[in-house]
Amino acid sequence: MLSLSKTRIAAVSTAVIAFAVTGGNALAQKKYDTGATDAEIKIGNIMPYSGPASAYGVIGKVQEAYFNKINAEGGINGRKIKFISYDDGYSPPKAVEQARKLVESDEVLFVFNPLGTPSNSAIQKYMNAKKVPQLFVATGATKWNDPKDFPWTMGWQPNYQSEGRIYAKYLMKERPNGKIAILYQNDDYGKDLLKGLKDGLGAKGASMIALEESYEVSEPTIDSHIVKAKATGADVFVSITTPKFGAQSIKKVAEIGWKPLFILNNVAASIGSVMKPAGFENGQDIVSANYAKDATDPQWANDPGMKNFDAFLQKYIPEANRTDGSVMFGYNTAQTMAIVLKAAGDNLTRENMMKQAANLKDIQLEGLLPGIKLNTSATDFAPIEQLQLMKFKGDKWELFGDVLSGEAGG
Amino acid sequence: MTTAHETATAAPATGKAAAAAAPSMNVARAASLITLALLLLAPLFLKNFYIFQMTQWLIYAIALLALNILTGGSGQFSLGQSAFYAVGAYTAAVMMEIMGVNYVLTLPAAGLICFVFGFLFGLPALRLSGIYLALATFALAVAMPQVLKLHFFEHWTGGVQGLVIIKPDPPEFIKTIGVKMSQDMWLYYFTLVVGIGIYIASVNLLASRSGRAMMAIRDNQIAAAAMGVDVPLYKTLAFGISAGITGVAGALGAIAVAFVAPDSYTIQLAIALFLGMVIGGVGWLPGSLAGAAFMVFVPNIAESISKGLSGAIFGVILIIIIFLVPHGARQIAYMAQHLIGKIGKSS
Repeated sequence: MLSLSKTRIAAVSTAVIAFAVTGGNALAQKKYDTGATDAEIKIGNIMPYSGPASAYGVIGKVQEAYFNKINAEGGINGRKIKFISYDDGYSPPKAVEQARKLVESDEVLFVFNPLGTPSNSAIQKYMNAKKVPQLFVATGATKWNDPKDFPWTMGWQPNYQSEGRIYAKYLMKERPNGKIAILYQNDDYGKDLLKGLKDGLGAKGASMIALEESYEVSEPTIDSHIVKAKATGADVFVSITTPKFGAQSIKKVAEIGWKPLFILNNVAASIGSVMKPAGFENGQDIVSANYAKDATDPQWANDPGMKNFDAFLQKYIPEANRTDGSVMFGYNTAQTMAIVLKAAGDNLTRENMMKQAANLKDIQLEGLLPGIKLNTSATDFAPIEQLQLMKFKGDKWELFGDVLSGEAGG
Repeated sequence: MTTAHETATAAPATGKAAAAAAPSMNVARAASLITLALLLLAPLFLKNFYIFQMTQWLIYAIALLALNILTGGSGQFSLGQSAFYAVGAYTAAVMMEIMGVNYVLTLPAAGLICFVFGFLFGLPALRLSGIYLALATFALAVAMPQVLKLHFFEHWTGGVQGLVIIKPDPPEFIKTIGVKMSQDMWLYYFTLVVGIGIYIASVNLLASRSGRAMMAIRDNQIAAAAMGVDVPLYKTLAFGISAGITGVAGALGAIAVAFVAPDSYTIQLAIALFLGMVIGGVGWLPGSLAGAAFMVFVPNIAESISKGLSGAIFGVILIIIIFLVPHGARQIAYMAQHLIGKIGKSS
């Protein structure tokens, strides 16, 4: 009897305490840093709307449209999002100027998804000195996952080195005695991916590489490089190219009757802008890797995520070209941001933004391949680290094997 | 942004009032004194971000001054100034970050290296003139970012990733006299002092025997040669001096931005510099300030009007300016001076 009442008291008091704790949470004081109020959250962004990389500018426009959608649906935790996006023309000094404008003049809470390795490198030190989050940067360079030295900077997409390592793993299994010819774009992206590939191949792999050939973005055609690659007698061809050159490489390889094991990097794996213009018949059995759904791939026609994506495009940004991979990229990144903001609740401090961004657990996005999940922790600032291999069959990519991780690092 | 922009354009306007009060005073001198006063005082009332923008404005003005000496002084075209700017920037970055040299010392080094570089480039350029020279320098500007990416230099230049520079703090003596100064403000005044020094030296250069020789070459090369001017020497010298000053501007730019990368110094920068010179008025040194203001602020204005069409709006503004005042800021200054003269007489 006594013991029963005791347990009852214990139960009641536990309930009270539990209530007090949760109630305390719900009533917790709202905490704000510069850029957040009861009514609004100010988000900064830097995009190359003009200049050599202006094709990526559409990412900023899609993100703006997505935040418009959120605002139209009532905002996040009752707050509207004010998205301030500036043009840096892909010029690092201009990026510094715009970042300072966002932080010191517009007084944003954080800068989200600024694009380009050079631009992000230019502002990284400043953002970290000011302790303003530089969240989900739009570059595949490997250096963004460095929470120890740069606790205010975080990447988003799988980095190029991971991708290179994944191809290396595949090659070691598939063609352990192959002879590899590599064509890569002579810039930070091309060199980063090449490094991953070579690191993955290791000491033994070094002897497998018959040719490392680079091209400049300014070259009108890369035909001569392909002919040179074939002449080495290689039976594996790795094409580390951007879309235009990716299509050229597929066409030329078919034209000269070369039949290597063809690996095409993810940057050029778009069906709409690469595989179709190059000719489906020329692209059969090409191997690539991806983490996001390709909107032009017929296998996602009835996918619920893709349907949401299309509904969003139609209503909020009908002029966007859905075959452009950058549109999907903008959608996925904006969705990630919305998830983090929601998780931050009423504690909208810069510190808590980083804390929430570093606390993503198995998040699945509508536009990512099934099985690809976002994961971060206090020591892991690389949200997406997985890719899945795929082979081109007919008019679409067929995914095969398991979701792979590239064990990214330095 | 607007405040800084006003300081650039307000000078002639306030000059008007000053000249009316003291008609005997030289209008141009009054205008330059007022500009100087505004340049000295403005940062005290501005936020760090605007001070940073003003620093960039001054740095571009120095680069434009250099181009003005070359084109306005000796009549040679250059679309390759971005290459000299890049060499200056990388000289400063490599010296500061890899060799640990004090940032002040990197400026003369950058100037010297670029002077030699420009002088040497001036030698083959002797065989070319007018648009052909412009093309040769264009090639230099296109090649520079790729050269900086070369594997051979990567150890020093950081390759495609570039180099991050640590921004210098204000020196100790400023703290000891009890003035609190931010990094941005210190860099601004540092740039201003360097800029004024270069400006005075340039004015004196153009007024000197060498300057007259350069201008004689500009006006008529054959006549200049007939009068005993060593044409090849002065042409290459003009190239060297222009490149040297551009290099100093590049070094200052690298320190202010605290980052260098090949993509910072593309042909876009060379074209922007060329535009700035035309907007400021070819051959008119004070116009460099107006031209630089155009480079820094007009793209921002265009962007604030429309993001998607910023390039088109920039183009429209450019066409309007060229159409209304084909000689740029120089023409506006002359018009203002003329107007003030009239008012002075009638009153």
